[in-house]
Amino acid sequence: MRAAIAIAATMSAALQLLSFGANAQSPGLSASTQTMSSGPKFIERSGEDLFANACQGCHMGDGKGATGAGAYPSLARNGNLESAGYPITVVLNGQRAMPAFGSMMSDDQVADVVNYVRTHFGNRYQDAVIAEDVRAARR
Amino acid sequence: MDGEPWKVGTRRDLLSLIGSVSGSAAMYHAMTSLGFASDSPYKGPVKLEGDPKGASVLVLGAGLAGMTAALELRKAGYNVRVLEFNNRPGGRNWTLRGGDSYTELGGPRQNCEFEQGLYFNPGPWRIPYHHRAVLDYCKRLGVALEPFIQLNHNAYLHASDAFGGAPQRVRDIKTDLQGHVSELLAKATQQGRLDEALSQEDREILLEALRSWGALDANYAYKANFVSGSYRGFVRAPGGGLDAAPVPGEPVDLSEILKSRVWRYLQNFALYTFQTTMFQPVGGMDMIGKAFSKEIGDLIRYQAKVTRIQQDDRGVTVTYTDLKSPPAALQATADWCVCTIPLSILSQIPIDVGRPMKAAIDAVPYSPSVKVGLQFKRRFWEEDEAIYGGISYTDLPIRQIAYPNSGFNRAGRGILLGAYLNNNPNAYEFASMEPAERIARTVEFGARLHPQYRTEFENGIAVAWHRVPFTLGCAGSWTEQARAQHYDNLCQIDGRIVLAGEHASYIPAWQEGAILSALDAITRLHDRIVKR
Repeated sequence: MRAAIAIAATMSAALQLLSFGANAQSPGLSASTQTMSSGPKFIERSGEDLFANACQGCHMGDGKGATGAGAYPSLARNGNLESAGYPITVVLNGQRAMPAFGSMMSDDQVADVVNYVRTHFGNRYQDAVIAEDVRAARR
Repeated sequence: MDGEPWKVGTRRDLLSLIGSVSGSAAMYHAMTSLGFASDSPYKGPVKLEGDPKGASVLVLGAGLAGMTAALELRKAGYNVRVLEFNNRPGGRNWTLRGGDSYTELGGPRQNCEFEQGLYFNPGPWRIPYHHRAVLDYCKRLGVALEPFIQLNHNAYLHASDAFGGAPQRVRDIKTDLQGHVSELLAKATQQGRLDEALSQEDREILLEALRSWGALDANYAYKANFVSGSYRGFVRAPGGGLDAAPVPGEPVDLSEILKSRVWRYLQNFALYTFQTTMFQPVGGMDMIGKAFSKEIGDLIRYQAKVTRIQQDDRGVTVTYTDLKSPPAALQATADWCVCTIPLSILSQIPIDVGRPMKAAIDAVPYSPSVKVGLQFKRRFWEEDEAIYGGISYTDLPIRQIAYPNSGFNRAGRGILLGAYLNNNPNAYEFASMEPAERIARTVEFGARLHPQYRTEFENGIAVAWHRVPFTLGCAGSWTEQARAQHYDNLCQIDGRIVLAGEHASYIPAWQEGAILSALDAITRLHDRIVKR
């Protein structure tokens, strides 16, 4: 059980984060990027930034997911990621309650975030995917 | 119609055409974009006639769908029990107040520090006048309502890259867009360009109508004068005594309005779902959940996490964990089951239903949504800017700032809905942040409409629905294709089990959908039971 981090959002904390150029560092989680998306597609480019902004909300900063009335699956040391086609399909089309991200990301972005997940959180799959692999997987 | 060329003259014709070509799901979506959606077929209190002979029903979930089912089934003579994951009734019908603490998935706990008497609705926050079932239960259960102000002419429409970043009053954009368009149409009429479309009589009346609707002057022009001023107000308001004459303001240039795209937000005041009169319960949306639980609270077992749903020809067995004393698996049995668990969670629970229903349960993604409530030292939006209730819209990630619709003109603190992100990349970005950062960003963005944020902000609380432990998402997100393929299968009675909830409705994410789906499910279930 993760220790609850009680956060009282006081004015001083908010003002700290408001200072120009400050990166919002959260203990134990990756910092999100300063610039936010402004349309129907994610603006982030690197796999790391995409994970930190699109995936982390559910799969959490350490990739281990979370459990409430239901659970977000852990991506850490996840054997399902061995075949790259599977995470590509899941990211593009969603699966059960997970939404489809295919319309919100380009082929490059999907490839980058899939490669990121497959090489982090204890995963060490070296066969990187490229944008063309994603393009081919889109229906 | 035989032999005649198909004329799409009316909206009904258009809808029929869409419906006949592409099926009812497509028609529904066309209706949505044309503003027809959210019509409620509620015909009054449900009548479950016939003796259930003491049959037992297990209801899973004490949200509005579950509690509606429990209330009506008990009234009809059933032996009812309810299992609920939270330690309170209502589910997404939820209000946060000072002293409440909320822990989201991933661990961060937020302590709400709002002043006593102030509140924030992180889920549903408004009720259309045509959501008859919700309104009827409010009446029957004694929930007091007050107006929810959707359109406030003095609130703002804001575009980051237009008007020098300055927010524009709804009143100015609405009046000026109408005025400019009316002037253009009046010119076209006078130049004979509508001679084929309209009769002369209609053209003359049209000119009158445009003058009235578009604040045109005697020459059918839209200019800074007392005519337009009486619609859009004055840059110097009329006063008393000497030097008190009003001065009309210059209308905003049409090209600037068009390019800013803030006209998009006017839909929020025109769509059927958002038309006045809208309502909110006095004191918080959870007044509805609390009122239900006053009637049937004794039937609810709280902090029960369902882990398995089995059925056979003798009955239903639900396995659950008591969250107060895990991990022992407990079981509850009944003759029948009404399951209102959101599909985001239900799709992970082993359930004895046929493949079509299971495929339907697995077919629905859950949408991202984030709401942030902010407390301010004073109601600066009223004191400084004369904004009493209503909503400002912006293209900044926060998308909306909503002002409280009660406690008007009072000195002291107030709560703003500082952000309402829904179903776009920003919603995921906010969900990925720690709560403190969500709040900080909300203050940062909101300050671009209201600089007073910097000095008046005190504290906030942020709810990202994908981090909410009891829903894992905001609401079911059906596509046209998924509805056509799966919706009816989802709503069937499978043996002894029937599903209900906003996900089993054509009014997704609205409480009306949850209640109507429950009434439909128990009506069909009861019919089957008494006819056995």
